[in-house]
Amino acid sequence: MARLIAADRPSTLKVETGRLARIDVPMIVVFMAAASMIAIVVLLLLFISWQGIQLFVKDGYSPGTILSPTWDPLANTPAFGLLPFIAGTLVVTAGALLISTPLSVGLAAFLSEVAPNWARSVVQPALEIFVGIPSVVWGWLGLTTLVPFLSDTFSGPLVVSLPVVGKVFSMPGFLTGFSWLAGSLVLSVMILPTITSVSYDSFRAVPQELRTGSLALGTTRWQTIRHILIPAALPGILTAVVLGMTRAAGEALAVQMVIGNSPTLPAAITQPVTTLTSQITLDMGNTVFGEPWQDALWTMSLVLLVLSIASVVLVRLINKRRMPL
Amino acid sequence: MINGYRRIGALALAATLVAAACSSAGASPTPTPAPTATPTPAAMTDTPAASTASTSTASTPTPAATPQCVSGSITTSGSTALQPLIDAAGKQYVKECPGATITVNGGGSGTGLSQVAQGAVQIGESDVKAETKLPAADAAKLVDHVIAKQGWIMVTNKDVTGVTNLTTQKATDIWTGKITNWKDVGGPDMPIVLIFRPQSSGTRATFKSVVLHGATEATGGQTLTEDSNGAVTTAVTKTNGSTSVIGFAYYNDPSNKPLLNGLQLDGVDATLANMTAGTYKLSADGNLYTLGTPAPGSLTDAFLAYLMGPEVQGTIIPSLSYAPVVPVK
Amino acid sequence: MTANHSPASLHRRTSRAIVADRAATIVLWGTAAFVLLLLGTIILHFALAAWGVVSLGFIFGDPSDTALGGVFPVFWNSIYMLALTMLIAVPVGILGGIYMSEYARETGPLGLVTSAIRFAEEAISSVPSIVVGLFGLILFVDTFRWGFTALGGAFALTLFNLPLMTRLSEQALRAVPQDERQASLALGATKWQTIRHVVLPLAIPGLVTGVILTAGRVFGEAAVLLFTAGIGTPVHYDFANFNGFGLDFNSGWWHTSPWSPLRPATTLSVYIWKLNSEGLGAFKNQLADGSAAILIGMVLIFNLGARAVGRVLTRKLTAA
Repeated sequence: MARLIAADRPSTLKVETGRLARIDVPMIVVFMAAASMIAIVVLLLLFISWQGIQLFVKDGYSPGTILSPTWDPLANTPAFGLLPFIAGTLVVTAGALLISTPLSVGLAAFLSEVAPNWARSVVQPALEIFVGIPSVVWGWLGLTTLVPFLSDTFSGPLVVSLPVVGKVFSMPGFLTGFSWLAGSLVLSVMILPTITSVSYDSFRAVPQELRTGSLALGTTRWQTIRHILIPAALPGILTAVVLGMTRAAGEALAVQMVIGNSPTLPAAITQPVTTLTSQITLDMGNTVFGEPWQDALWTMSLVLLVLSIASVVLVRLINKRRMPL
Repeated sequence: MINGYRRIGALALAATLVAAACSSAGASPTPTPAPTATPTPAAMTDTPAASTASTSTASTPTPAATPQCVSGSITTSGSTALQPLIDAAGKQYVKECPGATITVNGGGSGTGLSQVAQGAVQIGESDVKAETKLPAADAAKLVDHVIAKQGWIMVTNKDVTGVTNLTTQKATDIWTGKITNWKDVGGPDMPIVLIFRPQSSGTRATFKSVVLHGATEATGGQTLTEDSNGAVTTAVTKTNGSTSVIGFAYYNDPSNKPLLNGLQLDGVDATLANMTAGTYKLSADGNLYTLGTPAPGSLTDAFLAYLMGPEVQGTIIPSLSYAPVVPVK
Repeated sequence: MTANHSPASLHRRTSRAIVADRAATIVLWGTAAFVLLLLGTIILHFALAAWGVVSLGFIFGDPSDTALGGVFPVFWNSIYMLALTMLIAVPVGILGGIYMSEYARETGPLGLVTSAIRFAEEAISSVPSIVVGLFGLILFVDTFRWGFTALGGAFALTLFNLPLMTRLSEQALRAVPQDERQASLALGATKWQTIRHVVLPLAIPGLVTGVILTAGRVFGEAAVLLFTAGIGTPVHYDFANFNGFGLDFNSGWWHTSPWSPLRPATTLSVYIWKLNSEGLGAFKNQLADGSAAILIGMVLIFNLGARAVGRVLTRKLTAA
């Protein structure tokens, strides 16, 4: 109804106010404002892609370099294998998701299903404050408290032995607290609010009838959460995890401060690793524009950009498959 | 009514701004504690510097202490290792020549070289020579002004007791991963943790060429890479058995020195005097680059002359743990 | 499903389910308590670290080489950068929100544009801040030859936060009941008059909340600014400096005056990064802790402020 009236009104006005009025100036202005975001994405893609492909176009490296494990920019024939950084980003992010997802989904379930109003009104603002804490502050906190804590508490190798089989698992201990684990822990706290709030929304979106129906069958609240709500909210939870993953993979400063930045393939959670973002912050200022080394850093940022846009597509795919409830 | 609320919304933002503006307006007339461009006594821990300073002053021909004043505005960017020096000298110059403006940015040696070659800044600071970074054609357009020598010192965590000196050979063995325990160089039985600067950094390049003679450093396992002097220092103080290489200024800093062990290199103390005398090897030129020779009478020219003058070479440079150079050009 | 239906087993299974339910409830409460405890510890940590460091003299004082001094120049830069960013982001974001809420079609060729805008919105939100910083570096610093400037930083922050501002505006506008629009249109107002005089005023509480939440994010951002607004050493700012003010952008005023958008601007969060990487002096840790405490304090103010302002405005508006 509203749309009909809205469409009728300007057409009568047009006659009164002349030809110029046919151009809906306000609409053009607001459209430009909204469409500026498309322009931003296009510009971002253009500039970062252009810089990112210079390593292949200008410097003559094959695109397969992206997956080569050798990073040695100072060799006679410099090697710019990005695998250590991509692998580092993946494992640090995976670690963060492993720690953060159960906590966040649990917290979302708590907020949506268990918490009385007063508890919700305490936890929700707390989460917003979590979101707002700047990443340098997380990094500073990790550097000054977590890193020393890890190296002081868990020094010495971790060996798991069974009586008959003998050693089943061993891992070097923390010589330094700068490690994969430190990075994952810092990130897990940073992405906790993201995963929680998106999961919470998807729990709230589950129709009330499913809850009452389930409870009416005599199930307990936990059974309802486990067997009804989590499956029903699964696409939303997956979306939340992907969003958390994107944020974790793109985080730069906090991670760089605590992971030790060793440009080799990740070995153990107690050992230093490196990521795409941390290597960019380490080398960007020390390299000059146009040299292959810096071009490799631009390629890293192109990889990050592609990963983040892919995650948006992934989220859309997940949500498209959401079953109509 | 509705109009009123819209105004409140706008006021909320405006109020923040006004509040900030008021407080600043309130702050500006008060005699501010001078943003000390003058040397800090705290940094004067490296006593031998004083003698070096006086020799340098004596060799400087300019008798007048006041700089040649040119008004205008220049921007510098580049090496974070040289930044404290340019900062202090710039502040002092502007204080004496109020018509001039000198904006000092960090960003790293690579940024400085790129930006000065592009003409985006007037002066680019670099720890390394332009030829090692820029394409030959670009490097040829730049003019190098060496204004100071900077030195680095090998440091360890306090728990590495009994190690006070490393020969070039031992240091090479440690940094290439041949020696992995402090007990092999007279220290405690404790694994060595190497804390590198990024491969692109001037510090690492200098160390690699001067001490390691180009040998390939150890990688992986328990090696760390930290971004900067400050991050390296923090990492060394927090990591048992760790060692790294930091600039003199960071070692002499009163908040760092008590937490670190400084090592001799080949039995030579890491002092400015030894560095100037040429016996302490781990040092490199502090380079300022300009695009072409600066026009005579320009602020860039005047500022570079000031940097070579007695005030900077004699006082500011040693106070910040750099070594002065005999004026070039 | 070979379930045993004897009453005894049913009872056993039920009681097991009840035990599991209790356990799960405890675990879920525990999760919430853990998160609150974590936040409490962090705030306490910085409160303790800031104790004896943060004072009015610290926030509004000039830096010093020989004493603790203050962080006013970087605090000013944070506020300045925030204002400059919001000056661009708020109007563009709200206008974009108006399009998405009032004009955007979901079908037809214009529907495609709408979904492209939505995709762009999500894509920018997910781009890592460091990539946005590098984009700013290449566009503003290198291509435009601006060097490191507050303006470049503000533009980079704007394009990074525009999606958030647009989405929050759209939500705020969509929350305005459809009846209000219809009533206005029925009275003969044009669509734009309706938006301007009916929808926008009614959406103000939501818009203000959106502005404040965006502001919180802008305030703490560092990675974007490292590459666009520069990392300098804080110096005393002379707010009375209008020396060389004019259209000559090469004059000193444009490069040094705290009011100028064409100077480099190191903000609080970049300053923490700088202290960690290049900090010198006996007070560097206190300065970093104090700056972090100020940032967290501001975040608290932004968040609680957003809630409070939203509540007050809503109450007044609904009462009117």
